[in-house]
Amino acid sequence: MTTMLNPQLNKHGELQHLLTIEGLPKSIVNHILDTASSFVGISDRDVKKVPLMRGKSVFNLFFENSTRTRTTFEIASKRLSADVINLNIQASSASKGESLLDTIDNLSAMHADMFVVRHAQSGAPYLIAKHLIDTRQAHVHVVNAGDGRHAHPTQGLLDMYTIRHYKKDFTNLTVAIVGDILHSRVARSDIHALTTLGVPEVRAIGPHTLLPGGLEQMGVRTFTNMDEGLKGVDVIIMLRLQNERMSGALLPSAQEYFKSYGLTPERLALAKPDAIVMHPGPMNRGVEIDSAVADGPQAVILPQVTFGIAVRMAVMSILAGTQG
Amino acid sequence: MKLASMNLHIKNGRVIDPANGIDGVSDLFIADGKVLAIGAAPAGYTADLSIDATGLIVSPGFVDLSARLREPGYEYKATLESEMQAAMQGGVTSLVCPPDTDPVLDEPGLVEMLKHRAKTLNQAHVHPLGALTVGLKGQALTEMAELTEAGCIGFSHAEVPIEDTTVLLRAMQYAKTFEYTVWLRPQDAHIGRGGIAHAGPLASRLGLSGVPVMSETIALHTIFELMRATGARVHLCRMSSAAGLELVRAAKREGLPVTCDVGAHHIHMTDADIGFFDSNARVTPPFRSQRDRDAIRAGLLDGTVDAMCSDHTPVDDDEKLLPFGEASPGATGLELLLSLALKWADDYAAGQHAAGASPLARAVASITSDAARVAGLDSGTLSVGSVADVCLFDPAARWTVQASALASQGKHTPFIGYELSGQVQATIVAGHVAYQRAVAPR
Repeated sequence: MTTMLNPQLNKHGELQHLLTIEGLPKSIVNHILDTASSFVGISDRDVKKVPLMRGKSVFNLFFENSTRTRTTFEIASKRLSADVINLNIQASSASKGESLLDTIDNLSAMHADMFVVRHAQSGAPYLIAKHLIDTRQAHVHVVNAGDGRHAHPTQGLLDMYTIRHYKKDFTNLTVAIVGDILHSRVARSDIHALTTLGVPEVRAIGPHTLLPGGLEQMGVRTFTNMDEGLKGVDVIIMLRLQNERMSGALLPSAQEYFKSYGLTPERLALAKPDAIVMHPGPMNRGVEIDSAVADGPQAVILPQVTFGIAVRMAVMSILAGTQG
Repeated sequence: MKLASMNLHIKNGRVIDPANGIDGVSDLFIADGKVLAIGAAPAGYTADLSIDATGLIVSPGFVDLSARLREPGYEYKATLESEMQAAMQGGVTSLVCPPDTDPVLDEPGLVEMLKHRAKTLNQAHVHPLGALTVGLKGQALTEMAELTEAGCIGFSHAEVPIEDTTVLLRAMQYAKTFEYTVWLRPQDAHIGRGGIAHAGPLASRLGLSGVPVMSETIALHTIFELMRATGARVHLCRMSSAAGLELVRAAKREGLPVTCDVGAHHIHMTDADIGFFDSNARVTPPFRSQRDRDAIRAGLLDGTVDAMCSDHTPVDDDEKLLPFGEASPGATGLELLLSLALKWADDYAAGQHAAGASPLARAVASITSDAARVAGLDSGTLSVGSVADVCLFDPAARWTVQASALASQGKHTPFIGYELSGQVQATIVAGHVAYQRAVAPR
């Protein structure tokens, strides 16, 4: 009852916050991707800046460690001419016992226009978005930069941008997501984005210990045999295997994992000849992916990073243009 | 007003007393804190006070099998005063409180102090459960006989699973020695540990770690096996799943001395009510699937579920205004118990063609006579000669659940904003009017 109907859209159906891809209208997803393509060229110019967010303040609130995502958001903000403030919360207030919402109120009082939030707890950006509504600060926008296992929408969008760039059309693709689906917010965001854009077959490949229940309800076909799962796919999205999962009750060892689920050139040959290989990074070479594949002609892992900046510029500029 | 000495005449109410199969418009006569008669006034009776209960239901005061009063130790969440007032406004005249206070109720002195504090307030009767093990650490047994003498009505491990099955076996053997009831929430010590939502499609989608149904069923298999070995009587707290209730049904058929309850919220809510990470829906055990919820509803009707309780757990704002996984579990419940019981009777039981008793009578029984039977209390009835704990309520009065309507210091519930039926007009404890609604009904 106190929950919002769809907290990321305003009453006109426009994007107010980006919290998840689930439930986003296809038109908004396409609008973000189209906007991103207009930004891709900017990075090649001598002056890599547009004035779309001049005078706006973007606060990067990282309650969980991240170098890569934080850096790409920082670059994207700067290319939009925004002022960026990076806050490594673990090192400051949270360790002094300040609550998440107190931190938000303090930063709001410094006239933040946008919060880019990463948090270890699923749903934390929703709490912030709801608080901004409750305290009548609807002009402040929230971008989820990864919350727990729940969502990493900008990663999902940059993955879609990459797929669209190489494959043009979503409606005839088979896409396989491989690895630790259970703990992966990237997998969840990719699944929602792929089904929203009309991909007819989304596959999840991994051992039973890393496949969550309920994937079928999300429109996903599950495979435990990697060779079976890769047959005839157009896109392979490899997930990073966190170090702490590699020994213990989920998996016996990194070696055994690579043997069953590592992407080798032999396995890649089971996919379509023009299949592309993606990875959200950072990669564990020799654990989930063979270097010959990671550095091979079908890998599009570095273009993903480049497109990621354009997609984040698109998300932030669209949000900045939405009235609260 | 001198307490418990006045003659009280409650006129023209619809008296529902499930223990005696009474359901009809009648008069209730109270003297010396006890029920004197139902129907005609005894010869020579003169009332000191008459209450017109026309249009109201007159039932035994409610017996709540789980209400956390947060004393001792958590007075910032709630105090005995605030929660006892909430009990009165909710028509609850007897309540059982679990031992997970700070310090834990594992010493007779603590139990005596709580009983004494409650008694001076002269409101609901407070029946503590003693801790089954010292400090709820699952290692050493408490002095159960001493604790019983101090006022404990049974022994519980609250929300803490017992890791060592040998300790549980010993605890049940020892409890059986003195015929004490062991109150257990069936949960495996390892499976589902750290989980915050029902393990199902919703938890997978939201990225919340799950508590599988098997956490409940594995524990039940263990408990039933230990019951067979020890003969101990067990009351199962807060059943949450269809599979779990099926096991309870079979255990009862087998003749094991087992009873069970459900939290009133679980009769209505499912995991879908978590919505966009609403921390008001963070409770233990977690709300499960619709199938589980429907099995709870059916179990209440067919008697597999003996009683419903409020599972009242006041939580303050600071502990709820957190990301879902960091928020404290629990919901306020004392003042919702009646309305949620009536909602079950209206929404569900009425459509199920219950044989025998009316859905309303079954709903009332589940929070009065059946709850008292489970707890081994002689309350929950209007039998002549019994202590006059009575609730007068208007089953049709609508109210909106909002913080300002609640006396409890706990303001968090997944029902916030809901309009519910059923409002307590007066609560009578041992023959004295302990609470009367300020405004006349309708």
